[in-house]
Amino acid sequence: MEKEYNHYDVIIIGGGVIGSAIARELSRYQVKVAVLEKEADVGWETSCRNSGVSHAGFNNKPGTLMAHLCVEGNRSQSQLCRELDVPYKKTGKLVVAQRAMEIPELYKLKEQGRQNGVKDLKIIGTSELKEMEPNVQGIAAMHSPNTGITSPYLLTIALAENALQNGVRFFLNNEVTSIKKGHGRFYLATDQKCFSATYVINSAGLYSDRISRLAGGERYRIYPCRGEYFILDKNASQLVNHLVYPVPQAGSGGLGVHITPTVDGNILLGPSNEYIKKKNHPASTAKVMKKLISESRDFLPLISSRDVIRSYAGIRSKQAPSSEGGYRDFVIEESSHVNHLINLIGIESPGLTAAQPIAKRVVAILNKKEKLKDNPAFTPLRKGILRFEEQDSATKKALIEQDPNYGEIICRCEKVTKKEILQAINNPLGAKDLISIKYRSRAMMGRCQGGYCLTRIIELLREKYEMLPQEITLKGRQSYLLTGYRSEGIKQS
Amino acid sequence: MIEKEVIVIGGGAAGLAAALACHERGVEDILIIERNTYLGGILNQCIHDGFGLEKFNSSLTGPEYAQRYIEKVTKKKIQVLLNTMVIELNENKNLLVTNHAGFHHYRGKVIILAMGCRERTRGAIAIPGTQPAGIYTAGVAQELINLRNYMVGEKIVILGSGDIGMIMARRLTLEGAEVLMVAEKLPYSSGLPRNINQCLYDFDIPLLLSHTVINVKGNSRLSEVTLAEIGKRGGIIPKSKRKIPCDTLLLSVGLIPENELSRQAGVILNPMTAGPEVDERGQTNVPGIFACGNVLQVHDIVDNVSLEAEYITEGVIDYLQGQTNRDQEISIILGNGLRYVVPQKIMIIKDTIFSFRVNEPGKKKTLVFKEWNKLIHKTFFPRVNPAEMLQVKLSREELEGVKTLKARLV
Repeated sequence: MEKEYNHYDVIIIGGGVIGSAIARELSRYQVKVAVLEKEADVGWETSCRNSGVSHAGFNNKPGTLMAHLCVEGNRSQSQLCRELDVPYKKTGKLVVAQRAMEIPELYKLKEQGRQNGVKDLKIIGTSELKEMEPNVQGIAAMHSPNTGITSPYLLTIALAENALQNGVRFFLNNEVTSIKKGHGRFYLATDQKCFSATYVINSAGLYSDRISRLAGGERYRIYPCRGEYFILDKNASQLVNHLVYPVPQAGSGGLGVHITPTVDGNILLGPSNEYIKKKNHPASTAKVMKKLISESRDFLPLISSRDVIRSYAGIRSKQAPSSEGGYRDFVIEESSHVNHLINLIGIESPGLTAAQPIAKRVVAILNKKEKLKDNPAFTPLRKGILRFEEQDSATKKALIEQDPNYGEIICRCEKVTKKEILQAINNPLGAKDLISIKYRSRAMMGRCQGGYCLTRIIELLREKYEMLPQEITLKGRQSYLLTGYRSEGIKQS
Repeated sequence: MIEKEVIVIGGGAAGLAAALACHERGVEDILIIERNTYLGGILNQCIHDGFGLEKFNSSLTGPEYAQRYIEKVTKKKIQVLLNTMVIELNENKNLLVTNHAGFHHYRGKVIILAMGCRERTRGAIAIPGTQPAGIYTAGVAQELINLRNYMVGEKIVILGSGDIGMIMARRLTLEGAEVLMVAEKLPYSSGLPRNINQCLYDFDIPLLLSHTVINVKGNSRLSEVTLAEIGKRGGIIPKSKRKIPCDTLLLSVGLIPENELSRQAGVILNPMTAGPEVDERGQTNVPGIFACGNVLQVHDIVDNVSLEAEYITEGVIDYLQGQTNRDQEISIILGNGLRYVVPQKIMIIKDTIFSFRVNEPGKKKTLVFKEWNKLIHKTFFPRVNPAEMLQVKLSREELEGVKTLKARLV
C-alpha cells in the first residue's frame, strides 16, 4: 500500500445519493473534495434500491428535519432533475383507505401535511377515486398532486457525474479501514490508498455508525431494515397512473406495501418492512414475495404474479430499533467529540427526496467554519445518455445518420442501442461492471433480463477495457461472471 | 415505404423454412428480416447432434441443420436483411425496421411471424435469495460457451429439466465442470426422454424430480443454493431442505414465445401457448399475418418447426391469391387432459394437422375429437408426455359440416 497521503480539504465517505449530492454542492466552491466509495460504483447500497419517490412531505412529524428537508427537496426536485438531465414525473400520489376506520387517518395525514407546508392535499371520495384510478379499490383517498417519481440510480449517478465535472475526485472500490486524527488533520486509509483531509463527512449510510466510531465520534447505532420489491412487466403499466399507498400503520417504520409506477414504465410492488441482523443481506424471501402480491391485490386486484419480471431488496438505515418502531429524525451535524467530522446518521426515507437540501445543510455547516469561495467554473448542468427509444422518429433518423450505432438495438426489450451502451461503458466515473451499465442504459432491465443482450454487452466491455473474461464482474469484488475461456478448461484454483 | 409480397420476421429455423417454402410455391418477392449478424437463429449455438432425423433422415448438429436452409436461401437469392431489428408492426402490416443504415418502412402483403421464443428467467419464477453473479438461463450459458468460447462456472446446479438444461448438463460436464444435479419441480421431466438418457444418465448426473431451489446465497458470486422436495400437495417438505455449495445455477424452466411485435399488431394471443391464436394454416386474427415455429407454440424438435413453417405457407399462398372465402368457422374447444391445441379455429375445411400437449404423462391414451356426442376422430397413443408435442391429422371429410369440435384425452 502506498503510504503517500493525498490531501483533500474535504473527504466524503460514502457515494450514495447523499454523498454524491454533498459532493455536487461542495463543487460550487473552491474546495478540494474526494469521495471514497467502497463499492465499484455510486449508489449501490441503499440509494439505488428504493421506490424512487419524491415525497411531498406529509408523512413526517412536524418540526423535524425529515419533514422540513423533504418538503424543500420535493419543491426543488423538478429543477434538480432538469439540471442533471434525470427523468422526473409528477405523477401524484393517492393514500387509499380501504375501510371507514381508516378515513380519520387520511385527515390526520392531511393536517400533518398542512403543518409541514405541503400544498394541495385533498381528500377524495369513492367516485373521484374511481375516476382517477379505475382499477384501484378503496372507499376514500388523500390525493397529493406534488408527489413525484424519479430514477434513484440515475439521480445518484447524475449528482456524482456533475460533481466530477466540477472537479470532485471519486475513488471507487475504496473501503475506509481506518481514520486517525493528528496535527489538525484526518488520516484515512482504505483497502487501496491513503488520504488526508481537513474535514471528513460521514455519509456512509448503513455503515455511518461504524465510520463515526472509526473516527472517534459518537457511538451511533444503525439498525438495518429490509424492504423487498417486485418489478412488474411493462405490459402491466396501464394498471395505475398514480403512486398508490395504503394508510400508514401507526408505529411502523415504513409506508406499507405500495404500488409505484416508475419513470421507465414498470410498476414496483413493495417494499416490505423487516428488521434484519446483517447489513449486507439485501435478499428476497419466499414469505415476503407472497405477501407483496397479496397485499398489493387488496388495492389492485388485477395484479398478477405472472407479470413479475424481477425482485430486489434494499436496506433502510434506521436509528430507531425495532422495539421503538417509527422514525428518528435525521442527524446532520458536526460531531461534538471530533472537530471537523460531520455526521449524517439515519438518512432513510425521505432521504432521496431530501438529498439536495441535506447537502446544502452540510455545506452551511462548513461555510460557518470556513469562508467558502465560489467556484467560478461551476456548472450545474449535466447531460445524461440520450434515450433513443424516447425520441420522435425524425430525431431517431437523424441520430442513426449521425452515428450508425444508434441503428443497432442491443437490448431488445428496452430498445437500447449500441450507442447508448457504449456511452454507458464509457461513463465518466469509470464504473465498468454490468450493473453499472444496466443502471445507466436500462439494458438487461426488461422482461428477458439480459437473455438477449448480456453476451453482447460482455463483448463490448471486453473490447473497451481489454479485460480477461474472468475480470468481468456483475457488481465488483468476487462477482465474476465467467471463469475464463472455454478452451482453457475450468479455472485452476 | 418498400412493398413486399411476403415479409418473414426472424431468420431462424421457422423463418428460413417458411421463406423457402413460399419461394417453392412460386412467391418471388420475399424478405427475411433477422436481428442477428447471421441466419439460423438459436440453431447456431446448438452444437450437439440429433437435428434433422425426420427432415433429412440423418443426425445433424444445429449449425449443420441451419446451413442446409441457409444455402438454399442464398441460392434462391431470397432477400435477407441482417443485423436489422423490427421495432414496429401494425395491423396494416406496416413495419418499421432499424439498422446501421437507418430507419426503413416496409409493408408486406403477408407477414410471417417467426420470432421464436425466449427463456423464462429467475425473476419470472421468483426464486428467493440474494442477487449474485453465476445465475444463468441455460440458453445464455449455451451461447457463452458454444458461440463465445467462455466458461461460466465450475460447480453447477441446474434447475428445470427442459431440454436445453439437460443438454447443458452434458456440455458442461464435457468441459470439465462438475454438474451436481438437475432438479425438476414436477414429478416428471419437462424434457425429452432421449435427453434424460443421453445427457444425464450416461454421465451419472442425478435427476431429482419433485425438487426445486428455494433460496440462493452469495453477495458477489453464487455460493450456495437450498434445495427442497415438493410434497404431493405442492408444498415444500421442510425436512427435505438441504444446502448445496455451488458457484453456478442454470435455469431451464420454460420458454416463452416472443410476441411483443404480434401484440403491437393486434394479434390475439392464446393464454395457454402464449402464441397467437391461429386457424388451420397459421393465420392469426389479423388477415395476412401468419405465425409458425416457436413464436406460435414452443416445439421440442426443430424438424417439427420446419415442417410447421412449410405447412402454413399453403395458407399464405391462398391468401395472396385472394382465396379468403371462409367455409364456416369451427372453434376448437379444449377438453380434459390437454394443455393446448393448435389451431384454435378452422376457417377453411381441408386436411388439418392439430398439434397438442397433454397435461401429464400417461399410458394408453386416446385423443378424441367430438362434436357434442358425435365422434369425429380418434387417435390412440401408447404413451403421452407433456414434454412431447403430439400431432394428429384430421381429414377434410372428417371436418366437413362440423361446427364445434371438442378435443380431449381419454
